[in-house]
Amino acid sequence: MDTATSFALIAPELLLAVSSLLLVLAAAWGGDKAARPVTILAVSALFGAGLLLWPVLHLGKVGPETWAFGDLLRADAFAGFAKALIYLAAIGCLVVTPSWFDRMKAMKPEYPVLVLLATLGMSLMVSASDLLTLYLGLELNSLAAYVLAAYLRNDSKSAEAGLKYFVLGALASGILLYGMSLLYGFTGTTSFAGIREALSGEMSNGMLFGVIFVLAGLAFKIAAVPFHMWTPDVYEGAPTPVTTFFATAPKVAAVALTARVALDAFGGQVDAWRQVVIFAALASIVVGALGAIGQNNLKRLLAYSSINNVGFILIGLAAASVAGASAMFVYLAIYVAMSLGSFVALMMLHDEDGRALETFDDIAGLSTKRPALAWCLLALMFSLAGIPPLLGFWGKFVVFQAAVEANLVALAAIGIAASVIGAFYYIKFIKVMFFDAASPATVADSTRAHWAVLGITTLIVSPLGYFLTRSFGDLGDKAASALFLLP
Amino acid sequence: MGGFPILSVMLAVPLLAAIACLFLSAPQARMTALVATLVNLALGVVLWANYDIGGAQWQFVERADLFAGFSYALGIDGIALLLIVLSVFLMPICILASWEAIDKRVGEYMAAFLLMETLMIGVFSAQDLFLFYIMFEAGLIPMYLIIGIWGGADRIYASYKFFLYTLLGSVLMLVAMLWMANGAGTTDIPTLMQYDFDPHVQTWLWLAFFASFAVKMPMWPVHTWLPDAHVQAPTAGSVILAGVLLKMGGYGFLRFSLPMFPEASAQFAWLVFWLSMVAVVVTSLIALVQSDMKKLIAYSSVAHMAIVTVGLFAFNVQGIEGAMMVMLGHGLVSGALFLCVGVIYDRLHTREIDRYGGLSINMPRYATFFLLFTMASIGLPGTSNFVGEFLALAGIYQVSTWVTLVCTTGIILGAGYMLYLYWRVAFGVQKNEDAAAMPDLNVREWAMLAPIAAAVLWMGVYPESFLAPMRKDVAALEARIARAMPEGDAKLKDGEPKAAAANAVAPLPHDKGSEGGH
Repeated sequence: MDTATSFALIAPELLLAVSSLLLVLAAAWGGDKAARPVTILAVSALFGAGLLLWPVLHLGKVGPETWAFGDLLRADAFAGFAKALIYLAAIGCLVVTPSWFDRMKAMKPEYPVLVLLATLGMSLMVSASDLLTLYLGLELNSLAAYVLAAYLRNDSKSAEAGLKYFVLGALASGILLYGMSLLYGFTGTTSFAGIREALSGEMSNGMLFGVIFVLAGLAFKIAAVPFHMWTPDVYEGAPTPVTTFFATAPKVAAVALTARVALDAFGGQVDAWRQVVIFAALASIVVGALGAIGQNNLKRLLAYSSINNVGFILIGLAAASVAGASAMFVYLAIYVAMSLGSFVALMMLHDEDGRALETFDDIAGLSTKRPALAWCLLALMFSLAGIPPLLGFWGKFVVFQAAVEANLVALAAIGIAASVIGAFYYIKFIKVMFFDAASPATVADSTRAHWAVLGITTLIVSPLGYFLTRSFGDLGDKAASALFLLP
Repeated sequence: MGGFPILSVMLAVPLLAAIACLFLSAPQARMTALVATLVNLALGVVLWANYDIGGAQWQFVERADLFAGFSYALGIDGIALLLIVLSVFLMPICILASWEAIDKRVGEYMAAFLLMETLMIGVFSAQDLFLFYIMFEAGLIPMYLIIGIWGGADRIYASYKFFLYTLLGSVLMLVAMLWMANGAGTTDIPTLMQYDFDPHVQTWLWLAFFASFAVKMPMWPVHTWLPDAHVQAPTAGSVILAGVLLKMGGYGFLRFSLPMFPEASAQFAWLVFWLSMVAVVVTSLIALVQSDMKKLIAYSSVAHMAIVTVGLFAFNVQGIEGAMMVMLGHGLVSGALFLCVGVIYDRLHTREIDRYGGLSINMPRYATFFLLFTMASIGLPGTSNFVGEFLALAGIYQVSTWVTLVCTTGIILGAGYMLYLYWRVAFGVQKNEDAAAMPDLNVREWAMLAPIAAAVLWMGVYPESFLAPMRKDVAALEARIARAMPEGDAKLKDGEPKAAAANAVAPLPHDKGSEGGH
């Protein structure tokens, strides 16, 4: 494959790279006044990159024709679907950011540039088919994310979140690198295809350790139990727009990356990692649910909710089938809509002085003060709890269906029973907003950008979203088929 | 009916009205809700009138491939028809019952009720496994809000308990459904009703479904959410809960557990019998000592539902028809009793039995209605519940005389607690001045209670109207489960069948009219 074709395959990444570099310059010369134009340009760049994905998604391309640079990157339907989700999530996050930071006069042009760079890293992550490109993408994303977490540098909580995220993220990277080095040592290659081939047959202890360490490192990135400890602190401390970003786009990227590593590189040795994934899935569901019960801070609560959701996604991975991988994607798409919506709703909750309303006490009786906002949150919370007829149910449905088809009935039964624990705190959210007497806190009006994103996400999770299930299913199946090229 | 999608229209009317109610002022929302439910009632009458008794098993079938994984498939048989008619009949009455009692957030309240109606009709008309599940489960949302926002003092506890109890029950059913869809390769309910699952697997599937329906029904010992929910819910919420939502459990047994898992049903019949026997005796005794009217009626509901479950698992036509009649009759009677409680609650704002007394003196019309429904709840001949309870117990007698014996005590105990309640509320001296000053029924309350009274008498005097639509479906169900039928201890011998139906007019005035043991 010649270089020109390879460059054509990574056109979205090229667009993102070039535009982020140009925007850095614009930010450097333009100063704070340039914040809004730079944000708009960044959104357009993401939008353009998304358009470039169209052929891959539409045709559902898989196989060698999508392998770039000697199979270092794969721009297949799988990567295409993940990137589309990532770009959409990033656009959503950027749209709602300026008005939030404007409240504390902190909107700077660096912010959209950092988001663009992180998105570029995620693009590489989901395309990676070699341990080195994987690491490159992961670190590009992570470094941008560390800075974003500490973006409000005068705010001690934000700085603390950035530091915590950095230390634990670096630890995770170390674990991941150690696993990679073991794999390289025992298989003699860094490419996923090569690893898959070397792993077929009897597995040595060294290989097994390599597999486990790599998965542990990735579990850090997707915030699966037992590597989830950083999540509540970082989500709580980081500025809300950054938390929104963390909960959506990087989650998609890390989950997609994990799926590709597990099903492609380690796809020949499913039995070696399945029990690890099953444990992480169930533990995430239970810890995510139990941990959230005692929380009074809504951001922390949503952090636990994201841990809980990762558990359900991992059930799809444990199925290790086309249906399972497809279910992961459908779940991810719905999850992005749900978390984007709920975090945007949190951003809209602030009083006239700009103080954020972040605890249950603050939002008591919200339905009498801001009925529209409360009803949107109600739909999002029931959706997160997986109650039909909201779309969140569909995500859980396909995941459990895949598990049952893969003969993991016990896993499905335990997982679904544990989801009832999670329902407890989601309905507490609704109880506080609808049943309790109104708190004295006033809720200020919201901007149109916030309403737009909240409205769109609420429409998606509403029963109308079921009309999307066919397209989601088709895209998911196409994407999943890219991971199962070999028997 | 040609191609008119009447079931979809019945789903759409309340749904659209619900959305509209969210944006309307209180008087407009009340009127919208009333009109929408009356339209649906009219459609329900049209549905019944056009239902071809003895025709195809599934009628008014609609099918559309709209979603991945499951299809939008609707259709009803006689059993579903009657339950849909019950739902649309009770809904306008519920709206009337809330006319003055609800004065805050009226639009949202009406929206929740109308959404509830859509979901109830959806449950009874769904022909796709997962469409059924979605409708079944979605009912939690409006009911949670109804109890939580407009309920009594302890509403939050009750709403949580209601939500989590029923959710835990039904999620296991979802896993079983996924397994069935995977194993049988279809999600079509009529097809699955003819599909023979491996008896060993049936055991597990049956248990998973049982977990859901037993909670919904509710059966002892998972009934504890019901008294809490009833007591805290507003009047109309209690009516819909007792009148229709509990019937979803019985409908589930009829539609899923029995025809899909006949062997497992026979295997677990003893479990159902034991739980029902305990329920009849225990909850009746609990009802005797209640001082809260709503709680008393709630416990009586559990006892009545136990008669339904024994009837269903009698594995014969009488038992199943009787169970259906009890469900319909109880839907009307318990709904009416909750309305009766609501009428005096609206005046005095207490449900304590002791705070009333001698109401027949100052509220004679009210006392008359209350008496009728009390008698119907006891199962007096001539009222709806007599027909159902008699049939159900006659059916179970063929299987187990002991179960019949124990369950029949429920009727006696039922007479005990209901007459005791009526005595304390309506008879005796007017010991409380405020209760003695309460005015009698107004026109609105008349309009609520009179139609139910008429229906109760109709069912009691001429039950054939209600038995006819379901006869063929019950016979088909009996034929389906006959192979697994457990042997009874009554060992009845079939006599010569009568030449004419029981309700046929006798040709000769001196005809002996022997019952002809069946």
